[in-house]
Amino acid sequence: MRAFARSIGHGVIDAVAKLGYFARLFVLTLRQSGTAFARLRLTIAQIHFIGNYSLVIIVVSGLFVGFVLGLQGYNTLQRYGSEQALGLLVALSLVRELGPVVTALLFAGRAGTSITAEIGLMKAGEQLTAMEMMAVSPVARVLAPRFWAGVVSMPLLAAMFSAVGVFGGYIVGVVMIGVDEGAFWSQMQNGVDWIDDVGNGVIKSIVFGIAVTFIAVFEGYDSQPTPEGVSRATTRTVVSSSLAVLALDFILTALMFTKG
Amino acid sequence: MLMSDSPTSADQPFVAMQGVSFAYPTLAGAPGRQILSGVDLSVKRGQLVALMGGSGSGKTTILRLLGGQVKPQAGTVMVDGRNVHALKHGELFALRRRMGMLFQFGALFTDMSVFENVAFPLREHTDLPEAAIRDLVLMKLNAVGLRGAHALMPSEISGGMARRVALARAIALDPQLIMYDEPFAGLDPISLGITANLIRSLGAALGAASIIVTHDVEESLAIVDYVYFLAEGKIVAQGTPDEIRASTMPYVQQFVAGSPDGPVRFHYPAPDYAADLGLAK
Ligand SMILES: Nc1ncnc2c1ncn2[C@@H]1O[C@H](COP(=O)(O)OP(=O)(O)OP(=O)(O)O)[C@@H](O)[C@H]1O
Ligand SMILES: [Mg+2]
Repeated sequence: MRAFARSIGHGVIDAVAKLGYFARLFVLTLRQSGTAFARLRLTIAQIHFIGNYSLVIIVVSGLFVGFVLGLQGYNTLQRYGSEQALGLLVALSLVRELGPVVTALLFAGRAGTSITAEIGLMKAGEQLTAMEMMAVSPVARVLAPRFWAGVVSMPLLAAMFSAVGVFGGYIVGVVMIGVDEGAFWSQMQNGVDWIDDVGNGVIKSIVFGIAVTFIAVFEGYDSQPTPEGVSRATTRTVVSSSLAVLALDFILTALMFTKG
Repeated sequence: MLMSDSPTSADQPFVAMQGVSFAYPTLAGAPGRQILSGVDLSVKRGQLVALMGGSGSGKTTILRLLGGQVKPQAGTVMVDGRNVHALKHGELFALRRRMGMLFQFGALFTDMSVFENVAFPLREHTDLPEAAIRDLVLMKLNAVGLRGAHALMPSEISGGMARRVALARAIALDPQLIMYDEPFAGLDPISLGITANLIRSLGAALGAASIIVTHDVEESLAIVDYVYFLAEGKIVAQGTPDEIRASTMPYVQQFVAGSPDGPVRFHYPAPDYAADLGLAK
């Protein structure tokens, strides 16, 4: 019983300590971001890497999500005789919700894990220590460029996801089912608001980008410098960042609705 | 840049450890098993000092203390007249720019080519034009015989080659304190001889204090100026190579002869063997 209580106590202390370290490293990364901008090539190389990694899965997933939205949307709308609004439905679902959220989840699984594993392996191979011994801060040189690359990439990937999704909805709705093409596009154009819908979607994807990429960077930097340590950190990246994305999505959506 | 702004003069030690005691913290945060207890050691400019001792005796730990990666529980570590563990972060980094460290396992950056690995400190700490960086990197690589391998990635070179690249990287900025953690491990006799001469002549050319951690008794006695023997957390013997060869101290004799019996322990501290196997009465 005492041991049980003690283990809970230890668990809580560890969690609080880790959260504190997380926050401190976040501030440190922001403060040491000068290099990531002064030597833009470092960050651009990472954007390139992340983009290469995620582009295919984002495009393919976007296309299939668009197909499904086209089918489901048509099914529901035609009951009320308003299948003309299919374009609007597909676009709003993607831009406001599915684009940012699904992109962030895919990003966590694809790019997030690779960022964690890469930093974790650098730590295990004493590369980060070697960097410190050469008077170069790994936070500035390794963490910050990866962090900013993720933050920049996420909205771009989410936009790509939404665009491909709309195209998927178009293929199923207009080309295959035969919804009126003019109505599909014009309802979409009239109904989607640049600020309320697109703007809020972009805000979401930026917030998700910050959360997912920083969790990935943190888990790599905080990992035990062993093969098991790195593999456990990679798993934690997926779990924590997926939960963070879903929770943040709820909070942001609630804020955006009550405000509007 | 070589001798600039140094408070130590030529005959004062460049590196001085005094009464240093150290234990790695355990995962729970409390200090663990004592690794070093009361270590005194000093190295002058231009001097090449060997640090010998059994596996796990704390040689790498001493280098970590000199580089300020870990903090001693007692004693002082002075490098170039400054207390390493009293420095602010920026001052420590400034001091580290004048140190070169060859890591025991190389620690090459796996996402960069051999060339970029050696160029890394130059790119980070100098504003040299690309052409000058290229010349310098190729010169350093040539010194370790790997100019022709400059385009390869670390995954494409052997372990012995990797340490030679790491050696080239460690000396890229012409440091004033060079620490070599087992530079000869995994080298064939030819590269070993050449590397030993390189280490000898580098220290002389740069006027640098050099510390070499090694198990190659014969090879290192031929090149070093002074030897420290580390055992059970203490310096148990020290002297010039001639003194070491002539020494009758059991530690030294055992090491030089490589015999399993003697005061140097092969075993990590452990309970009684028979008791551990459940054979005790
Ligand atoms: N990061 C660490 N955390 C806890 N203990 C450590 C750590 N690194 C080393 N030790 C312990 O410190 C002792 C000395 O280790 P060190 O690496 O300095 O030995 P060494 O003399 O370099 O040995 P070798 O010749 O095998 O490289 C070892 O017993 C080891 O168990
Ligand atoms: Mg060692």
